[in-house]
Amino acid sequence: MADEVVLLDFWASIFGMRVRIALAEKGIKYENKEEDLWNKSPFLLQMNPIHKKIPVLIHNGKPICESLIIVQYIDEVWHDRAPLLPSDPYQRAQARFWADFIDKKIYDSGRKVWTTKGEEQEAGKKEFLDSLKTLEAELGDKPYFGGDSFGFVDIALVGFYSRFHAYETFGNFSVEAECPKLIAWAKRCMEKESVSKSLPDRKTVYEFFAQRRKKFGVE
Amino acid sequence: MGEVKVIGSTRSLFCTRIEWALKLKGVEYEYIEEDIRNKSPTLLKHNPIHKKVPVLLHDGESIAESLVILEYIDEVWTQNPLLPQDPYQRTISRFWAKFSDEKVLLGSFDACKAQGEEKQKAIDTAQESLAFIEKEIEGKKYFGGESIGYLDLAIGWIPLWIAVMEEVGEMKLLEAEKFPFLHKWSQIFMDLPPVKECLPAREALLEYFHASINYLRSLEANKQ
Repeated sequence: MADEVVLLDFWASIFGMRVRIALAEKGIKYENKEEDLWNKSPFLLQMNPIHKKIPVLIHNGKPICESLIIVQYIDEVWHDRAPLLPSDPYQRAQARFWADFIDKKIYDSGRKVWTTKGEEQEAGKKEFLDSLKTLEAELGDKPYFGGDSFGFVDIALVGFYSRFHAYETFGNFSVEAECPKLIAWAKRCMEKESVSKSLPDRKTVYEFFAQRRKKFGVE
Repeated sequence: MGEVKVIGSTRSLFCTRIEWALKLKGVEYEYIEEDIRNKSPTLLKHNPIHKKVPVLLHDGESIAESLVILEYIDEVWTQNPLLPQDPYQRTISRFWAKFSDEKVLLGSFDACKAQGEEKQKAIDTAQESLAFIEKEIEGKKYFGGESIGYLDLAIGWIPLWIAVMEEVGEMKLLEAEKFPFLHKWSQIFMDLPPVKECLPAREALLEYFHASINYLRSLEANKQ
């Protein structure tokens, strides 16, 4: 019996990108259903009644929510190919730690950069760049966060690359100037089809955020 | 299977859950009490990123973040497994553990801290989150099913810590009529010897929460 895999998604969501990348890495065929986040479908509300958010992976009718939980699920079910988490428990713990760090530090500070101005934006910018520098230090000279192979932490972070151009423009800074190794890492990831096909074009992201900034009254 | 140490604080529910896991697996460990208001060089060395407890030291290697530590313990010491075998059931456990830490815990703490007009709204929000947990335990002995599991340990803070927050915050959250299944589970869970062994003294927790809440309330008052 063939697996039925559906992803409830939103094109600009970095959380959705994580799942897209994981599915692509494993070569899993799935149906992508784009959600309008300002007019959520009854189906989404039924599949994720707790948080009412995307992404939701629906595997043979059963919903899984929260992007990092979904990626681990994908890794455990389709365990016969392209492992996303290391096999050693200590390395796995480190991968989970850094993915959790990314969730705690990058999203909210990045959000401040594009939704605010003045002092609040400056504070967001500082936290965003400090967190990226911490990640860059963790990366060190490795090609990927997991070492030689692309994996869980890379998947957790790389979607943000699609937003750097937007953040840089609104916040008036350059990620490459502050974190050159991280940009080199991002470009290396983008050479993988699973990543390049899962990330939206940076100009489209910028235009989308520019429109949203007007709505926030920040422009 | 190696030297195990826990750098923790007995008042921290994130540390208690780690001790429960180690006890349930029969793992010997040394507990290093940390004064979180005066962090030691050892803590800062082993958790330089967040500078927080708990940290598990296993043969000198450090692991931080309590839910990450729980999974590590489960993977290294495979007796008395904590997470279910089935991948889908594992996602359910992980989802509710995250929900408990993000919504239930923060909501309960906010309800404890809130005063005046804001208080009832904060209580309602906290109880909405608790209602989801109530549904999860309905019809089950433990969150893990017939035996105690990862989710029981992740949610295990509720019986003692919510009772403390209710007293400090002068409010009722976990009312027995509204949450009968959670109440029943609390009684079974809190009766287990390894659970009881690791719980902090209620008086110490009350003192700690009183101090924390007063401090936070004074910060907010100064902002206005």
